[in-house]
Amino acid sequence: MKKRITGMFSNPLRRWFWLFLGPVTAAFAIGFVWPFIQGIYLSFCKFKLIKIATFIGFGNYVSALSDASFRHSFWYTALFAVTSLVLINVLGFAAAYALTQGIKGSNLYRTVFFMPNLIGGIVLGYIWSMIFDGILSRYGTSILLETKYGFWGLIILMCWQQIGYVMIIYIAGLQSVPEDMLEAAKIDGASRWQTLFKVTIPNVMPSITICTFLSLTNGFKLFDQNLALTGGQPFIIQPDGSTIKTTEMMALNIYNTFYNSNSASKGVAQAKAVLFFILVAGLGLAQLAYTRKREVQQ
Amino acid sequence: MSSDLIAERRRKTILSIVLAVICIIYVLPVLTVVINSFKVNTYVKTDTFALPTGEMWAGFSNFVKGMTFGNYPFWNSVKYSVFITVASTALILLFTSMAAWYIARVNSFFCKVIYYLCVFSMVVPFQMVMFTLSKTADSLQLNTPWTIPIVYLGFGAGLSIFMFVGFVKSIPLEIEEAAAIDGCGPVRTFFTVVFPMLKPTMISVGILEIMWVWNDYLLPYLVLDINEYRTIPIHIQYLKGSYGTVDLGATMALILLGIIPVIVFYLVCQKHIIKGVAAGAVKG
Repeated sequence: MKKRITGMFSNPLRRWFWLFLGPVTAAFAIGFVWPFIQGIYLSFCKFKLIKIATFIGFGNYVSALSDASFRHSFWYTALFAVTSLVLINVLGFAAAYALTQGIKGSNLYRTVFFMPNLIGGIVLGYIWSMIFDGILSRYGTSILLETKYGFWGLIILMCWQQIGYVMIIYIAGLQSVPEDMLEAAKIDGASRWQTLFKVTIPNVMPSITICTFLSLTNGFKLFDQNLALTGGQPFIIQPDGSTIKTTEMMALNIYNTFYNSNSASKGVAQAKAVLFFILVAGLGLAQLAYTRKREVQQ
Repeated sequence: MSSDLIAERRRKTILSIVLAVICIIYVLPVLTVVINSFKVNTYVKTDTFALPTGEMWAGFSNFVKGMTFGNYPFWNSVKYSVFITVASTALILLFTSMAAWYIARVNSFFCKVIYYLCVFSMVVPFQMVMFTLSKTADSLQLNTPWTIPIVYLGFGAGLSIFMFVGFVKSIPLEIEEAAAIDGCGPVRTFFTVVFPMLKPTMISVGILEIMWVWNDYLLPYLVLDINEYRTIPIHIQYLKGSYGTVDLGATMALILLGIIPVIVFYLVCQKHIIKGVAAGAVKG
């Protein structure tokens, strides 16, 4: 039955291929497919300009992996992503839990907590750099002078921005917890904490999975806020003359290797970008696999 | 009244107070921007949290200065930001909904390839393609505000096609069948029958795209000629990143002008925004 109808439709529609699919296919080829393929190819090349690229095999990858600043940015990013993941999700869940208790003004609080999400990363970075420097200047220092200030500053910024975001997803999850299950727990004499951990949290596991991976990938991909808040400062000059930008995350490190370094080849930067892509895509696939597994179990 | 109820009521009161306090802390950063945009520059760094009273009061001079700050008229940034956001979102909504309908209904091999490429593109970070994308855009002369929406359509197609295809699959074929029997061709069927039904997803996708394009910094920075064309984020980054002393008062005035439209937009379409963002997160 279904086949017949689809067949009846697809034939006249197929003739309109260029109208319906043409524009997106063309733009997608320009904006994604071609740059992606070219990016993979160029990561195996030595080049300054795309037109004069010579194939050199895995040399760029070796250079990328032996670059101390890149390795530092990886560990710094991982530490940042995990710390922010824990804080954002715990606080976001707590906020969602508090706002589903039927307190007066819950809608107003929800509006306020979500608001920072709409402000762009660059603007957020400058707002917070003014605030942190306003505090730290009283102690004669600045966010640009200490790595730990830069780290925790960025954590505070990201919490401010992202708590409202995960909170929205958790509220939707909490509202779908079956009322009779909570009722049953209450009748069985479960305490508030027991109900939370034994009934509520297992029921919102899908939301927790989504939010965890979301904040993890967001943490890894962070760029604008990092650039605007510290731009990688403070810098440490290594004995061999190279510089480590102590608060520089992976995306910013790749950007700086492309555009702000005197390295002879942009190929190293492109190789870093490919490694970065594999890492972020790997996290995405892990999420997919994990969600699938849970769905099968349930 | 039982002691249980009293305890419950007390718990709720405490929770309300805690939430109110956090709520105030939450708006403080924005208030700090507001008070500093009216403050004389030299006091922004030393008395960040003081109200701009007495000799600190700068009136609207920061705003006046901000208009031509950095040798670039701020008004141009506003115009470019608005145009790029509106044009890109319109382009994405129109073409990806058309493509999604085609993909969902025709289901040929090529459609599957496009669809899976779109899903794949959602996990690719921008850094992976930023260099080659900006060079491609350059060589195709897509480097002006009038043409950059095409680049946004290309790089941003993934999420919206994914969301539209999911929605189209839930629309019963019978409606389109009836239109066909009544003599509607595919084009008319799409624009008069399918397009209006896509409205809920249109709103979600539209909001996600508006938020992305309006706040985007790196893509327009790399694609556009920034001496001529600066969006608001590019302009603000340029002011802070340029050498010499930065006029913080004027910067804060511009930041305030930049976030007022966002906050107004948020307060007006709050319900849709929250729904759209949640939909995007769950699916993406």
